Amino acid sequence: MMNPVPIQHRKARLVVVGNGMAGIRAVEELLKMAPEIYEITVFGDEPHPNYNRILLTPVLAGEMALEETILNPLDWYAEHGVTLHTGSRVTAIDRVRRQVLTEDGRTTPYDRLLLATGAAAAIAPIPGNHLPGVFSYRDMADVEQLTHSSDLGGEAVVIGGGLLGLEVAHGLRARGMGVTVVHRRAWPLDKQLDARGGKLLQTAMEARGVRFLLGKESAAVLGDTHVSGLRFTDGSEIPADVLVMTIGIRPRIEIAQAAGLQCEAGILVDDTLQTYDPRIYAVGECVQHRGQTYGLVAPLFEQAKVAANHLAEYGRMRYQGSVTSTKLKVTGIELFSAGDFMGGDHCEEVTLLDSSQGIYKKVILRDNKVVGGLLYGDTSIGPWLFQLMRDGTDVSAFRDNIVFGETHLGDSGHAGENQASRLADGAEICGCNGIAKGSIVKAIREQGLFTLEEVRKCTKASASCGSCTGLVEQLLASTLGGFYDSAPKKKALCGCTELSHQEVRDAILAERLLSVRQTLAYLDWRHPGGCATCRPAINYYVRTAWPAEGLDDAQSRFINERAHANIQRDGTYSVVPRIYGGVTSPAALKRIAEVAERHNVPMVKITGGQRLDLLGVKKEDLPQIWADLDMPSGHAYGKALRTVKSCVGTDFCRFGVQDSTRLAIALERGLERMWAPHKVKLAVSGCPRNCAESTIKDFGIIGVDSGWELYVGGNGGMKVRAADLLCKVKTHEEVLEVAKAFLQMYREDAQYLERTAPWVERVGLDHIKAVVVEDLESRRQFAARMEFALSQEKDPWAEAISGRLDIHAAPLRRIPA
Amino acid sequence: MEWLALGNIEEIPALGGRYVETPQGQIALLRNENDEVFAVSNRCPHRGGPLSEGFVSGKTVFCPLHNWQIDLEKGEAMAPDHGCVKTFPVRIEEQQVWLGLEKATP
Ligand SMILES: Cc1cc2nc3c(=O)[nH]c(=O)nc-3n(C[C@H](O)[C@H](O)[C@H](O)COP(=O)(O)OP(=O)(O)OC[C@H]3O[C@@H](n4cnc5c(N)ncnc54)[C@H](O)[C@@H]3O)c2cc1C
Ligand code: HEM
Ligand code: SF4
Ligand code: FES
Repeated sequence: MMNPVPIQHRKARLVVVGNGMAGIRAVEELLKMAPEIYEITVFGDEPHPNYNRILLTPVLAGEMALEETILNPLDWYAEHGVTLHTGSRVTAIDRVRRQVLTEDGRTTPYDRLLLATGAAAAIAPIPGNHLPGVFSYRDMADVEQLTHSSDLGGEAVVIGGGLLGLEVAHGLRARGMGVTVVHRRAWPLDKQLDARGGKLLQTAMEARGVRFLLGKESAAVLGDTHVSGLRFTDGSEIPADVLVMTIGIRPRIEIAQAAGLQCEAGILVDDTLQTYDPRIYAVGECVQHRGQTYGLVAPLFEQAKVAANHLAEYGRMRYQGSVTSTKLKVTGIELFSAGDFMGGDHCEEVTLLDSSQGIYKKVILRDNKVVGGLLYGDTSIGPWLFQLMRDGTDVSAFRDNIVFGETHLGDSGHAGENQASRLADGAEICGCNGIAKGSIVKAIREQGLFTLEEVRKCTKASASCGSCTGLVEQLLASTLGGFYDSAPKKKALCGCTELSHQEVRDAILAERLLSVRQTLAYLDWRHPGGCATCRPAINYYVRTAWPAEGLDDAQSRFINERAHANIQRDGTYSVVPRIYGGVTSPAALKRIAEVAERHNVPMVKITGGQRLDLLGVKKEDLPQIWADLDMPSGHAYGKALRTVKSCVGTDFCRFGVQDSTRLAIALERGLERMWAPHKVKLAVSGCPRNCAESTIKDFGIIGVDSGWELYVGGNGGMKVRAADLLCKVKTHEEVLEVAKAFLQMYREDAQYLERTAPWVERVGLDHIKAVVVEDLESRRQFAARMEFALSQEKDPWAEAISGRLDIHAAPLRRIPA
Repeated sequence: MEWLALGNIEEIPALGGRYVETPQGQIALLRNENDEVFAVSNRCPHRGGPLSEGFVSGKTVFCPLHNWQIDLEKGEAMAPDHGCVKTFPVRIEEQQVWLGLEKATP
């Protein structure tokens, strides 16, 4: 036999007609899915690589350079092995020979053909419509010519007051021309706005110097060698040096039609974007799908994705049509419109009109679902509304307020202020996971995230220490356009239940639930073992409700609180003994020094809380170090009382008016071992110079001539909040009682992981004053409950040393090699 | 495969864990609410957090350092995270916990 003939292994050939937004997006999607299967050739009759058509107006207005609109530079085509023919128009498709013909005489064979020819501007069929000076507004060439013509100044007339007409009017006005928009209906943008919105828009555009001629039908373009004016059907005329026609677009279906492909207004395609010829696909403005053509990019991108999926031979996706919304891109005019914005039978309208502010909002509901809406002046709720519309969400619960969106922020941050929106994209929001603002916003937008939980799942932001929760909530609020309800009347404690924190708390008290596992079982938890969010919270609630009987479940405490030391990034721990009020002694310092030396502690550091931290200790060594120190735990690892900082006060300071150290020591002794929803820090300063920084503490105390000023709800750290003055008292005993009452109220009322700063803002200072300052009997009772709870807590280090508490310091077993 | 007796199941706290030192490194033993015990390498695929100190619920352990969730049967991190830990077979007979280790290949 002869040698076997080598089989020519040729890649399939894909030819794309139309180097525009839909066609190239489809190629990009295809390259992502199946970079190898096609040899791709693209024909485009414009001389440019693919650019962003929707940015033509900023270019015309001089707000942007042409180069900035390029989406795929020539290098991109080369890099991906895509052959590009610019300035090359395809004139015919030969479906029998499977090749396309171009104007310049080239024939190119295909195995698959993708038509993405877009649309052309419609030209009014009136005499004179081809005179020099008459333009359409579709591509870069139009913009270049309009730019030249407008440089001469003079009068421009725009026929057609739709989106494109208003954009080009804005652009030409920005270039210094006098501009008149001629529209046959009674208000501009009648496909997106009702009469009222149209009038508001007209007024705003007029304020920018654009004139309107409404209810006018054009009859003829005037002029001999160049346009000089426009005559209307009523016989009136206006002068014009430049005339732009923006009366609509026409899908470019000529070559498809000539090749015998079924066309109506556009090239007909099925849900896979296939035409009647199975080798030929089509996407973009040139197609008609389920009777619908589109003139916006969002649906085209969806089509591109599906077409690419089929070209890549995955064959899985279906395009089912798109719901679209529009925004007008005229600088300074905010307008959003979607769906059925006129309403009518069986529809309800919710509207808001604030003429003085130029704000108009209208939402159309049918059967309690949003079916459309228009927003003028303030479009912040647009994305949210659009989402409600696409999801078919039942809005009966908030329909009355729907035009306001929802603006509740989370439990932190300054009232009403949105710091997060002012941060730069690179700003780190979640320190724990190193997540910057930009990536959170991107995830919210691109993945359509709506809740804090979803952001946590997708980005990890706020999934660790939670201190950035407030900021993430603000980002949700600002990105979702005003709507983000972080504190709905009912927010589930976690994914294991529908119940809120408060409901769980109430049940623990009412049903005498004495442990985490009992609570999970009684309340029908979805996961019988709970999760890392609910278990610590419930353990805290059980212990607060039942300080004597409630079981403190070590497995429902975070590692730090279980090991009674702070775990560090390398898995070692840090040890902070209590130093009451920051006052120590040579003997105590010596002991700490000796222990550090004996155990080769790698680092000894003075903490921000006026005590000493031994860092880098192995878990196995913890009990021995505690035994050697023989000092109480500083609870530096807990959602608990941390320290009471102090300044030197009257004993030594020449300014001091009160004995701050003695009070600090008394407070720390009176409150040590207090668990709380979150960490709690105190400070005592001996005079208003406030050296102990009492005004950024959960409970801060400042000595004055006549006694002590007590401040609450202060916070340092990431979200600084100055504390509020709660009251003034005279004696140490009163300070202690108010401190205990205030902190007990916080313990009983605040949600787990809610710090005093947001809690004080939430419940209100006046209410707190009434309960723990003014009503002496109530103050006494709160303080007494605190004392009882504290009497039930033992020093964990002493417990561990005596063997009553096992922190599982050693491995279960060591298996020798 | 060599089966090693580790001790009584009660030495592992329910909904929590312990670890054992082995020639192959630390192995976490995690016990859930149904008294099932799982053994996985004691290093979280994220940044090496000690999984034996995590929260156990069902077939999941939540890493104590940054709350990655690891599927204990597959040894894989759950979305959105990616990574895996080695899993080891465990048998429980009359409260005794046995761990299966491959013999070290010389
Ligand atoms: C000024 C302006 C502003 C806009 N603003 C917005 C907006 O804000 N938001 C929005 O969603 N949409 C906007 N649009 C609409 C959006 O730009 C289009 O929907 C989108 O560009 C259509 O993509 P396409 O690929 O279908 O068509 P195109 O982007 O037009 O691409 C088609 C390409 O194919 C070429 N072509 C056609 N026939 C042939 C042939 N036979 N041989 C070779 N090449 C051929 C064309 O020259 C063109 O380059 C705007 C449009 C304009 C003009
Ligand atoms: C894993 C994370 C963290 C660990 C292990 C940690 C540990 C500590 C420790 C051990 C102290 C000394 C406290 C004491 O002496 O009792 C301390 C103090 C402090 N921490 Fe943190 N911390 C962490 C995260 C944070 C965060 C996120 C913030 C701010 C948002 C913060 C703000 C502070 C402040 C302001 C002090 C000083 C307290 C004072 O002056 O009274 N810490 N921290
Ligand atoms: S706060 Fe007043 S008393 Fe205390 S150290 Fe400063 S100046 Fe002295
Ligand atoms: S080390 Fe486990 S989550 Fe980071």
